[in-house]
Amino acid sequence: MTEAVTTPPAPPAPVVDGENARRRGWGWLLLIPGMLWLAIFFLFPTVQLFFTSLYDPSGSFERGYAMTWHVANYADAIIDTSNLFLRSFMYAAITTFVCLLLAYPLAYAIAFKSGRWKNVMLVLVIAPFFTSFLLRTLSWRAILSDRGPVTSFLQTIAILPDDGRLLATPVAVIAGLVYNFLPFMTLPLYASLDKVDHRLIEAAGDLYSSPFTGFRTVTFPLSLPGVVSGTLLTFIPASGDYINAELLGTPKQYMIGNRIQAAFLTERNYPLAASLSIILMVVVVLMVIVYVRRAGTEELV
Amino acid sequence: MTESTTGSSGAAGKDLRLEGVTKRFGDFVAVDDLTLTVPQGSFFALLGPSGCGKTTTLRMVAGLDEPTTGRVLIGDEDITDLRPYKRPVNTVFQSYALFPHLTVFDNVAFGPRRRGVKDYQQKTRDMLKLVQLEPYARRKPAQLSGGQQQRVALGRALINEPGVLLLDEPLGALDLKLRRQMQIELKRIQTEIGITFVHVTHDQEEAMTMADTIAVMNAGVIEQLGAPGDLYENPETTFVANFLGQSNLIMADVMDTSGRTVVVDCHGQQVGVESTRSHTSEGRGWLGVRPEKIFASPAGLENHDGSNVLTGGRVSDVSFVGVSTQYLVRMPWGQELMVFEQNTGQRAAFKNGDEVDLAWSRAHAFLLDADQDAQAGMMTPEADT
Amino acid sequence: MCTPTPARIAATIDTKSPKPPSRKGFGRWVSDHLVLFVGILVLVYTFVPIGYIFALSFNQPSGRSATAEFESFTWNNWETICEPDGLCGSLKLSFQISITATILATVLGTLMAFALVRHTFRGRATSNLVIFLPMATPEVVLGSSLLAMFVAVGVDGLLGFITLVIAHVMFTLSFVVVTVKARLAGMDSRLEQAAMDLYANEWQTFRLITLPLAMPGIVAAAMLAFSLSFDDFIVTNFTSGQSVTFPLFVYGSKLKGFAPQLFVVGTLMFLISFVFVIAAELWRRRRPTY
Repeated sequence: MTEAVTTPPAPPAPVVDGENARRRGWGWLLLIPGMLWLAIFFLFPTVQLFFTSLYDPSGSFERGYAMTWHVANYADAIIDTSNLFLRSFMYAAITTFVCLLLAYPLAYAIAFKSGRWKNVMLVLVIAPFFTSFLLRTLSWRAILSDRGPVTSFLQTIAILPDDGRLLATPVAVIAGLVYNFLPFMTLPLYASLDKVDHRLIEAAGDLYSSPFTGFRTVTFPLSLPGVVSGTLLTFIPASGDYINAELLGTPKQYMIGNRIQAAFLTERNYPLAASLSIILMVVVVLMVIVYVRRAGTEELV
Repeated sequence: MTESTTGSSGAAGKDLRLEGVTKRFGDFVAVDDLTLTVPQGSFFALLGPSGCGKTTTLRMVAGLDEPTTGRVLIGDEDITDLRPYKRPVNTVFQSYALFPHLTVFDNVAFGPRRRGVKDYQQKTRDMLKLVQLEPYARRKPAQLSGGQQQRVALGRALINEPGVLLLDEPLGALDLKLRRQMQIELKRIQTEIGITFVHVTHDQEEAMTMADTIAVMNAGVIEQLGAPGDLYENPETTFVANFLGQSNLIMADVMDTSGRTVVVDCHGQQVGVESTRSHTSEGRGWLGVRPEKIFASPAGLENHDGSNVLTGGRVSDVSFVGVSTQYLVRMPWGQELMVFEQNTGQRAAFKNGDEVDLAWSRAHAFLLDADQDAQAGMMTPEADT
Repeated sequence: MCTPTPARIAATIDTKSPKPPSRKGFGRWVSDHLVLFVGILVLVYTFVPIGYIFALSFNQPSGRSATAEFESFTWNNWETICEPDGLCGSLKLSFQISITATILATVLGTLMAFALVRHTFRGRATSNLVIFLPMATPEVVLGSSLLAMFVAVGVDGLLGFITLVIAHVMFTLSFVVVTVKARLAGMDSRLEQAAMDLYANEWQTFRLITLPLAMPGIVAAAMLAFSLSFDDFIVTNFTSGQSVTFPLFVYGSKLKGFAPQLFVVGTLMFLISFVFVIAAELWRRRRPTY
C-alpha cells in the first residue's frame, strides 16, 4: 500500500502567483516619464500632423497656412500618389516574402542544426548590420552597377540581355530592401523556433510524419508567432523606406517615402506631406491590426 | 483532534498559531477560517491535494500573502501585518528559488548579511559544512545537482535560525531515490536543531515518514489533524480514509450503539466496530477497512473467532506486486473489495474465481458518516497531475 | 482505485525520450544538412557588402572620389581617416547623440517595462498600445510629424543636438520596453519573494536580485537602442537642422563624391562592434548561464 506519488507537484494556483507578481499601488508611476515622452513627441505630433493635413493647401511655408478643414487634401493626395502607395506596399510585400524565404532556413539552421555554433551564427546574423545602413546600400549600388560583377555574370549566363541592367530597376530596389531588413525577420523567427521543443518534431516523426509533413504540421505552426512579428518588423519599415529607392532606383521606382520626404523637405508643401503621412500611417496600422488579429496574437508588444 | 496538539505547548511560548485565517482570491476561498496551533519544535505537515489551500496557508505564514481575515501569531507576537523580511520565519521554496547569479556561498550568506550579522562568513562556512556543500561554495546553483540545490535552499533558510522553517514541497523536484534520502536527512536535521518545521506536501507517504503531526487539508479546511499513525488507523472522514493510503468503504446500517462495540449490518451480514472508532451514531454509515488488514481464506474453511467476517466473496483480479499480492474480491452485493496479502510464502495464492471469506479484527475497522462521498480524496491519475 | 505500477512510476520520472538512432546514408546526410547549407549561404550573402566595403577601404581611386571599382592598393585611407572635411566631426556628433539617447531611452524604457510587467493598474492595455504605435509607424511619418511640431512651436531654429536626442529617444523607447519586458516576463517572481523572506527589504531586493537578473535584458535593450540611433537616417534627416551626423554625412557625400575614408569608417564600425560582441560572448561563456 501507500505507493509513492512520483508525479511532480502541481504549480501553485495561478491566482496566487498573479496576485503576488503584480503588486497594486504606485507601480504605474514608473510608466509616467516614458509615457510623457511618447505623448509629447509622438502622440501630440501625430495629432498635429493630422490637423496640418487639413490646412488650406494654397498657403505656403513662408506665408503660413490657414486651417480650413480642407478634407480635399486627402482626395488630392490619393489621386496624386495612388501609384506610389501601390508600388510601396507591393515592394514591401515582395520584400517581406523574400525575407521570409531567406530568413526561415537561416533561423531554422541556427535553432536546430548549428549545435555549439549557435551563438556564433547569431552574432554573424547581426554582424553585417553593425556597419552603416547607408554604406551597405551604397556598396550594393556598386555591386549591382552596370559594370559590376553581378550584372556581368547574369549577362554572361544570358539571364540578362547584354544591354540589360540591374541598377535602377525594381529588382535592385527590392534587393536592397530585402538585404537591409533581413535581420528583422531572422531574429524573431529564430526566437520562436528556438522555443519549439525538439521532442515534438520527433513525436511527429514517430507518428508517421515525413520530415516535410512534420515541418508543415508541427514546426511551422509553432513558429507562427515569429513569422508574425518578423513580417511586421520587415513590412513596416520597408513600406516607408525611401533610401533604397533613392540609391538603387530611379524616380520610376520611387516609393511613398520619397514623396513624403520631398513634400516636407524640398517643396515644403506641409498639407500634402501631412495628409500623405497620415494615410500611410493609418493604412499601415490598420493592416497591422487586421494581420495581428487574424494571426491570433493577442499581446501586441 | 486539534486540542491534542495545543495542550502540550503552553510553556514553550513560541508556538505558531493561526486564528480564524481566511484567504479569498476574488470569489475563490483558498483557506476557510483556519485555526491551527503548531507547537514549537515540532515537525508539522500540511498534507493535501493541489489546490487545497496548503501552499496559501504557508505563504500567509511567510508573509508572501496577506490573510483576508484572521491573525497569524508566533508565541504572543502578532505577525499578521509584518512584511516578509521582518518575520522570524524562513522558507524553502518549491524548486528552491536559488539566486542564479550568486554563488552557493553568497546564496547561503544572503540572509545573515541582510541582517548585519558580523561573523556571517564563519556562520556560512559552518552551515555549508552542516549541509555537506563546503566544496561547492564557489559554484553557481546551475552547476549543482538537484539534491545539492535542495541542500543549498535548506542551508540558506536554516542559517537564519528562524522560529519557524517553512518547506513548500521541498522534495518535489527530486527523483524517487533522492527523495527517500532527503526525507531521512531532513528529519535528522530537524531533530538536531529543534526548529519548528512546517512542511507542505501532497505526498502522503512523505508526510507520514517525516512529520510528528499531520494536518490533512481539503478545500481550504483541515479535515483531520493528528499523529500519522492515528490518522491512518482511525480516519474520521472518507477524504482522509482515501487520501492517506487506501480504504474499502462498505455501506452499512447501524444496528446497535449501546455497547463498547457498535454493531452494523453490511448487506445482511453483521460486523462490529469499536465505539472509539465509530464516527457516526445512527442511520447508515461507511464501514471502512484497510486492504492490508483483511485476511482472506478459502470459503467456509477457517474459524474466525472474535473477528468480523464477510462471506460469499469471489476473487475477481489478482495482481502480484512482489512484496504482496493484491486481490480484488467481488462481494455478493456487487462491490469489489481490495485485499492485500503479504507475500510470506506460507500460503498458496488465490486464483481468479476462488471463493473466499474476508475477516479482520474488530480493532481494525472504522465507521464514517454516510453523508460523505465515498470517492472523496481518491488519488485518481487525473487528480494527481 | 488506482495503484501506480512500477512502470507508470518509471514513466513519470523519465520524461526525456532517448535520442533517435543515428541515420545513415548519403541522402540522409544531405537532407539533414541541406537547411544548414542554405542558412550558411544566406549568411554569406549578408557579408557580401561588408567584403566590398572592406576592399574599397584599401582602394586608391584615381579621381577625387571612390568609384565602384578597385584601382590600386593603398594604406593611405586608413592613415587619413579624418581628412575628409567633417567626417570625424559627424562621427563625434553621432556618438554624442546616440549615447545620450541610449541612456535616456534605456532608463525610461526599463522603468516602463517594470511598471507593465510587475504591476497592475488601469490603462495597461492603452499603455501597451501607445508603446506599440511608434513601432508600427513608418519612420518617415515619425520624422515628418516631429519636424512639423518643431516648426509649429517655433523651435525649428534650434534644430540640432537637442531635437535629435528627443527624436532618437522617441523612436528607440518602444524597442527598449519590448526587450526589457521580455526578460522580466521570463523572470521567476519567487526569487524576489525568496529575497524578502531572507530579510532583504524592497530596495535591497531590487538592487541585489531584480536588477542583476534583469541586466542582460537591459544591456541588450541598450545595445539595440544604440545601434538603431547611431544608424538612423530617416528621422534624423527630418530633425537635424544644420547638424550632420555620420549617416547624414554619408548621404551628403552622394552629391560631393564618396571619400574612400568612408569605407575605412565602415570597416572599423564592423570590426569594433564585432570584437566587442565576441568579447561579450566569451565573457558570458566563462560564467554559467542563468
